[in-house]
Amino acid sequence: MEFTIDWYFLIEKLLLISAVLGVSLAVAMYSTWGERKVAAWIQDRRGPNRAGIFGLLQPLADGGKLFFKEEIIPSHANRFLFVLGPSLAMLTACLTSAVIPWGDTLTIGDRIVSLQIADINIGVLWIMAVVGMGVYGIMIGGWASNNKFSLLAACRGASQVISYELPMGLALIALFMLSGSLSLKDIVEQQREGVWYILLQPIGFLIFLICAFAECNRTPFDLPEAENELNGGYHLEYSSMKLGFYLFAEYINMFISSVLMATLYFGGYAFPYMDSLGLDGNTLTILGIVALFLKTFFFIFVFMWVRWTIPRFRYDQLMKLGWKILIPLALLNMLITGAVVLFRQYGI
Amino acid sequence: MGIDLIIFTVLSAIAIAAALGVILSKNPVNSVLCMITCFVAIAGHYIMLNAQFLFVVHLIVYTGAIMVLFLFVLMMMNLNADIEPQKRNWLKYAGAISGGALLLVLVAALRDASLPAIQAGGKTDIGLVSNLGKTLFTSYVVPFELSSVLFLSAMVGAVVIGKK
Amino acid sequence: MQSLTNRATPVDRRPMNLWEKLYLPAIFKGMAITLGHIFKKKATVNYPEETRPFSPVFRGLHILNRDEEGRERCTACGLCAVACPAEAITMEAAERLPGEEHLYREEKYAARYEINMLRCIFCGFCEEACPKQAVYMSETFAPSNYQRQGFIYGKDDLLIAHPQKSITENKK
Repeated sequence: MEFTIDWYFLIEKLLLISAVLGVSLAVAMYSTWGERKVAAWIQDRRGPNRAGIFGLLQPLADGGKLFFKEEIIPSHANRFLFVLGPSLAMLTACLTSAVIPWGDTLTIGDRIVSLQIADINIGVLWIMAVVGMGVYGIMIGGWASNNKFSLLAACRGASQVISYELPMGLALIALFMLSGSLSLKDIVEQQREGVWYILLQPIGFLIFLICAFAECNRTPFDLPEAENELNGGYHLEYSSMKLGFYLFAEYINMFISSVLMATLYFGGYAFPYMDSLGLDGNTLTILGIVALFLKTFFFIFVFMWVRWTIPRFRYDQLMKLGWKILIPLALLNMLITGAVVLFRQYGI
Repeated sequence: MGIDLIIFTVLSAIAIAAALGVILSKNPVNSVLCMITCFVAIAGHYIMLNAQFLFVVHLIVYTGAIMVLFLFVLMMMNLNADIEPQKRNWLKYAGAISGGALLLVLVAALRDASLPAIQAGGKTDIGLVSNLGKTLFTSYVVPFELSSVLFLSAMVGAVVIGKK
Repeated sequence: MQSLTNRATPVDRRPMNLWEKLYLPAIFKGMAITLGHIFKKKATVNYPEETRPFSPVFRGLHILNRDEEGRERCTACGLCAVACPAEAITMEAAERLPGEEHLYREEKYAARYEINMLRCIFCGFCEEACPKQAVYMSETFAPSNYQRQGFIYGKDDLLIAHPQKSITENKK
């Protein structure tokens, strides 16, 4: 079997992957800084402002601190699984960025470079699958710690993520009925030509937003990390950079969910009147990337804003909201969307 | 040796090793983790067949949901070797005999079955979402709907048990 | 029970109506409030660069005063130590020798004068008890220290600078 390797293609994709990973990590790093700033502002404080100008070196100081802390593996813990847990959490957090279209195409020389690592036609489902796998990081870490609080938190985390995956999927189905495609690139291109899907799917977006909060274990759904009843949650026994990985994975997840919300419901890299500006392709692409990141940062801000506003749910309230309110609502939304799509297609 | 063959060999090796791990591991949690690895390797085979939808559904449903529930139950039960009751000897023999019988039947069935060669990898598009959906809702609409009724009855059953 | 003020309002215990059961309006209201707080004036003071002004009656760290010629005012009478409810002050008296008139104002002076800042409750009784206007409380507070010994302030720490000498001479 004859095959040739397109070296340019390989290098291009490698560069893109490193860029996307680097950006994800950098954004996650500065999200920790942003979180502390937003928390401070909301509470009429100033936030970190000593390390560097505006405290911008604070994440580096935090990272350095985590690296130099003592690594403790509890004596009764399963050593292999104890290390596997945070690694899995980090891995699954980074995997999702593969299918997100970060921008339109760039033209370099005579090559057209797509700013998406993999345009597979099951894009959104891939993200759902990886998010579902993300539970293992929490579960394995919580179980391997050999601590009842960690185990309880791990069980909470797992059941929460599974429960909220259902309304999330149902909310997305309604979106797919409109788009007719699972590829994120197609969805963005449709919004570029038509209207943003937030206008057509407001309830779907609301459900997606709530579920995204739950999937990222963010307040008001941060029950797996509840300090007051679980002493800190599934990462109770972790120290040093292994703890850092868990916390970091949360911020990467937050970043990816924000990108996803911007892409699915707010036009991704498309912005209004972008095709009537009369700019050439590359400029437009770069402007599109800027637009995507502005939207993303807004959603990251919303994540933080909600965290410092709304108190935590009780566990039964969480389950009730997921199963008795969000799923029926998502089903209803799906039904109405289906009816409207059918009506428009056949004009009964 | 093509790149397809290399990937196939590696994936198969992982799948078989993980499957052996499921049976041989003493710790039930390790067994479940091996099973998850096995499922992921099998999902890789779906990609090799260009069945993207099956691949992702396999990941979501089996790896992402069912195995989590398995793990959930096992972790809560706290299985230790000393708590496990001693199995009777005749149970082992019965297990071996029934397993052997199943193997025999399988071999007998597969011996006569003709396996048409699947087209060279990556050429079939049946696994893509739209094609699969069209096939499911035209040629196989009755079995599809029947299976959904089956799921519905299972859900009703779960609710009934939960209400008790 | 009779209410002390007429500001009390009874708790509304009616069942929630549909609008309230949605919770979303309440959530948005809360988020509007927190958003408003982002733009409010910050309550934090950037401490070492800017300090909060003390009130004029603030009772802070003690000082031992000198008179206008730079002589120590303290005569080691012990009234401050007697007045101190926390027993934070100890002193040892000594007699002024001939030729030391430029150092001490009275014939008797404190050879050793210590205040334990960990015991001190900053009540200001010493200041009131002093007949010679030697002890005053300033508008600062005791800085942190790693050892308990560091909080026992001797004469070197408490005496104010000599009014007629330069900074370098005072350092000695």
